[in-house]
Amino acid sequence: MAMAAEEIIRLIKEGIPGAEVEIEDLAGDGDHYAATVISPVFAGKSKVQQHQMVYGALGGRMGGVLHALKLTTMAQRP
Amino acid sequence: MSEPQVFERIRDEIGKHDVLLFMKGTPVFPQCGFSAAVVDVLSELGVKFHGVNILVDPELREGIKHFSQWPTIPQLYVKGEFVGGCDIIREMFETGELEQLLKDKGVALADAA
Repeated sequence: MAMAAEEIIRLIKEGIPGAEVEIEDLAGDGDHYAATVISPVFAGKSKVQQHQMVYGALGGRMGGVLHALKLTTMAQRP
Repeated sequence: MSEPQVFERIRDEIGKHDVLLFMKGTPVFPQCGFSAAVVDVLSELGVKFHGVNILVDPELREGIKHFSQWPTIPQLYVKGEFVGGCDIIREMFETGELEQLLKDKGVALADAA
């Protein structure tokens, strides 16, 4: 039950074209990641909606093969 | 397509409790680090909340993910509104947004000692 970081980045970028994605393997086990996703499409959306868009891009893997993804979303770099 | 019967139960729970946390384990004994983190935040703010242990209820465990369109547990509801999961709650706590939201919704917070 693990996923490669490259695969996560690919899926998010596919689902949210133009998004900047940074990922960190927190535990070095391919199962606990932290991802930061930056995209102007998040502007004006609630945090819940922003995260739902990323989960949507991951197509049902979140909570399944992907156990732990600490997610930070923003419309632009602070 | 009719909605799953479990949605009725979820609405009922959400309606009964101003602050409701769907979680793994119980507030006293969380069985997942993410659930424990949200319990910590709520305790820190002095919020009375009701915990629903989805580990003992497979129907609810699946149902809540569809109901909220949110794939993971924990999930926090305040006065019927889905506020977020662990990352959002922690972020909102750190920025003070969570305390503001609770106050705006008229949820009682214990005075910080």
